[in-house]
Amino acid sequence: MANSQDTITYTQVEEFVCDSPNDMKKSESVLSNLKYLIVGIMFGIVFVKAEIISWFRIQEMFRLHSFHMYGVIGSAVVVGMLSVFIIKKFNIKTISGETVQFHPKKFQRGQIYGGLIFGLGWAITGACPGPLFAQIGSGFVAVLLTLLSAIAGTWVYGYFRDRLPN
Amino acid sequence: MEIIELIKKPWPWYVAGPLIGLTVPTLLLIGNKSFGISSSLRHICAACMPANISFFKYDWKKEIWNLVFVLGVLIGGFLATTFLANPDSIVISESTISDLKALGIQDFSGLMPADIFATANILSLKGLIFFVIGGFMVGFGTRWAGGCTSGHAIMGLSNLQVPSLIATCCFMVGGFAMTHLLMPYIFKLF
Repeated sequence: MANSQDTITYTQVEEFVCDSPNDMKKSESVLSNLKYLIVGIMFGIVFVKAEIISWFRIQEMFRLHSFHMYGVIGSAVVVGMLSVFIIKKFNIKTISGETVQFHPKKFQRGQIYGGLIFGLGWAITGACPGPLFAQIGSGFVAVLLTLLSAIAGTWVYGYFRDRLPN
Repeated sequence: MEIIELIKKPWPWYVAGPLIGLTVPTLLLIGNKSFGISSSLRHICAACMPANISFFKYDWKKEIWNLVFVLGVLIGGFLATTFLANPDSIVISESTISDLKALGIQDFSGLMPADIFATANILSLKGLIFFVIGGFMVGFGTRWAGGCTSGHAIMGLSNLQVPSLIATCCFMVGGFAMTHLLMPYIFKLF
């Protein structure tokens, strides 16, 4: 994607690096946050209707007994790739006219260690962070404890971050 | 209303996957937001208990969209389960059912096995393993990895990031290891 660098401004790595950052320069009103609520609602409905929140579907995936989850993730990645390609190629602006920001990720050892730990947790809880919220919305009260524990895990990572290989 | 009946059936992967993929350009174009869900957990820490840890000292209010988004996911889960629920039981692969029966799972009627996810299990050894330890690994692991299935596997791979490919492979390796190597021992505890 060397030629796309001409049209896209990469942000410099700054002190606070969020993994899913808000790059909008204009400040947004409380009401404009409704957009994200609606996209989230659609997303939650898809999670439930495609049974991605099901512990059984995750088990099928890790036992290679069903193509369903591979199809979901695979086709999502293909559509995402095409979209990003088109946005870069035609330099499509956001609805408020800003240039879309992309963030190159640097390799860090945490992606291996953390990735493995998350994988272990994913198979046991049957959920990545997104489905956790949809499971709670679906009435699985016990998952509230999983969410609280995930928040605690994030906090403990923050506490020990400087002492971990990153 | 035939269309409602159709929507109530489980959605195939080729409908759900592209819709999830479209979340990437939607968030980019409506507000210059990079898709990622596990960051919401970090924002909750920053908002509720920053405890003077530098990792949590930032302007989380600027990232509030992410919290609004996951609130939407929760509401979406509620709406789909309340108004669009599948009238039939979930169809699970026969091989998975027989594997799980061998481990001691008996209930295959819902999206989640009641053997594990019943509310009564919260204060049991099952709850400790499946909710407390499992959840901790999800939160700790995703943050150390710098993202989860959405931030790395979908947003990162969409943007052709090699570190995201590495992370995604590690997610899968961890999942396979838990399912095939550790779970048989875990289920022996009950």
